[in-house]
Amino acid sequence: MSRIKNAFASLEAQGKKALIPYITAGDPQKDATVPMMRALVDAGADIIELGVPFSDPMADGPTIQLACERALAHNTSLHDVLAMVAEFRTTNSNTPIVLMGYLNPVERMGYETFAAAAVEAGVDGVLMVDLPPEEAVDVEGFFKSRDLDMIYLIAPTTKDERIERIGHAGSGYVYYVSLKGVTGSKALDVDDVARNLERIRKHVSIPVGVGFGINTGETAAAVSKVCDGVIVGSAIVNLIAANADNAKAAQDAVSALVGSMRTALDA
Amino acid sequence: MSTNNPFDLDLPDARGHFGIHGGRFVSETLSAALDELETTYKKLRDDADFQAAFDKDLAHYVGRPSPLYLAERLTAHCGGAQIYLKREDLNHTGAHKINNTIGQALLAKFMGKKKIIAETGAGQHGVASATVAARFGLECKVFMGSTDVERQKLNVYRMKLLGAEVEAVESGTKTLKDAMNEAMRHWVTNVDDTFYIIGTAAGPHPYPMLVRDFQSVIGREVQRQSVEQFGRQPDALVACVGGGSNAIGLFHPYIKHPEVAMYGVEAGGLGLDGDDHAAPLSKGRPGVLHGNRTYLMEDENGQIMGTHSISAGLDYPGVGPEHSWLKDVGRAQYVAATDDEALDAFHKLTQLEGIMPALESSHAVAYAMKLAATMKPDQVIVVNLSGRGDKDIHTIATLDGVTA
Repeated sequence: MSRIKNAFASLEAQGKKALIPYITAGDPQKDATVPMMRALVDAGADIIELGVPFSDPMADGPTIQLACERALAHNTSLHDVLAMVAEFRTTNSNTPIVLMGYLNPVERMGYETFAAAAVEAGVDGVLMVDLPPEEAVDVEGFFKSRDLDMIYLIAPTTKDERIERIGHAGSGYVYYVSLKGVTGSKALDVDDVARNLERIRKHVSIPVGVGFGINTGETAAAVSKVCDGVIVGSAIVNLIAANADNAKAAQDAVSALVGSMRTALDA
Repeated sequence: MSTNNPFDLDLPDARGHFGIHGGRFVSETLSAALDELETTYKKLRDDADFQAAFDKDLAHYVGRPSPLYLAERLTAHCGGAQIYLKREDLNHTGAHKINNTIGQALLAKFMGKKKIIAETGAGQHGVASATVAARFGLECKVFMGSTDVERQKLNVYRMKLLGAEVEAVESGTKTLKDAMNEAMRHWVTNVDDTFYIIGTAAGPHPYPMLVRDFQSVIGREVQRQSVEQFGRQPDALVACVGGGSNAIGLFHPYIKHPEVAMYGVEAGGLGLDGDDHAAPLSKGRPGVLHGNRTYLMEDENGQIMGTHSISAGLDYPGVGPEHSWLKDVGRAQYVAATDDEALDAFHKLTQLEGIMPALESSHAVAYAMKLAATMKPDQVIVVNLSGRGDKDIHTIATLDGVTA
């Protein structure tokens, strides 16, 4: 059983929802990332989405654009990100890691090379925001054959027949984008998410995580009632940015936020 | 239909691919909007009323057909093939961009969208979008890199006069690629009521196809005018390539006629030996950016590189996917002209013909001058003079050391 599947099964058994924080690898420094990942786990993260920085993050708002710029200022590459995952795995063999980012760094490395290196490093899933299932048909074999989960997005604009297709193409979980917009957008509408989740559940049998616009424990708890996991990105990245010159302060601030979300989710 | 002609294909395929290029590499939120656009366009493409409305505006608003002009003194100067200029610079708003914005504005109107957005580099597509917004009563917002806002002040002012809002983009390299990122972000947030008018034959399917179709009026006119004026088709076509919409507009009707050579001229900047250019077809490799797979300027880690060109309109690290396919199959040749060569061609055409070309188009003129010298006097080159140079006067004055 994959680490991701295992994590959701174990949470379900405990009646809990997954807390899935996102950070951009190499932000603000390469050596800050692995300690931050460990801090996330200590504060209650169930799965970590680790962002692969890209020069042109089209689906991201200013917060994650700037995180990419900070990471790229010292050339954080996909090779570096894989090395960070391998280092993280020396002390943690349970927490699933999903690499999230854009297709071109993977395209440049080569799909098969990347898939093999990702498994070797201890990656569990990949979410490439600009790779919809239709374009993945030529390359998904490299991932599936190695049991790397392919995590796809579903949006409020996604029609039912497409939701069904995505549900079949994906594994691990699907990522429901809670609103029309970029990452770090205004707060989501919980009722709207609930209505859409009902629609999604009819076609998707794997767990559904919800992200975009979740920045407080209160929103996280409210959203978690209708899904299997909440994804928190920009709210965490903002704290990293605010403490860019002090790794300890950044970890403390992020741990406090993630810890409060854990508490709210489990209440 | 010929069966032994390898270029007798109807591309893109159903998934929007041109060989390995093209496609639809976008975040999920945009999938439905692109599906809707594709469905609408495929229906309207064969709709007599839509085509009549498009043709009517091309004739009476844009001023088509644009002339095909034999540049006699330039020809004599080069000493070789006859150089004809396809005068897209004489279109309303001064460039080929308007052909596409008329088509897409009609699509927006048909789809009931009241707001349009556009990205722009040199500002020509921004002006053409602001113009059709005024013409069709649409609200218009144009995204432009702050570097380009600075170097194309005149066009920024024109857009504002036309009632458009110009948003200076401060992210990344602050040029065309970043303007396109920001336009995509705005679109994803306002996808219900907003139509995104992409300015070049690139981006996610169906944009490369529909922009090409709207611009192909250029090549179809050249086919007709060539027969009228010199009784046959030209030997070679030359056009500048940034995103490549003016080039594909000229080339596309000729793809199935391999006896006509096609040359796309990229921005060679300070030279192809270094990194200061914008020539992905000459020096890049295939990758994925802005919704399509195509040749890109990227580093060894797949990060998109900053580009350099004297002309803001060519300053883009990617290129339309159909050009990438034409390169792969060998149907078109892609070459480059440097900043200096373009500047020299600008002055030559201005002095010899009284025609001031845009710096983008000057790249095509520069290569055509070299090519003509290698060909015979009974041969014919058609150069797409895609835009006029008024917008570049300040840039040229500065480079020539004149304070205008």
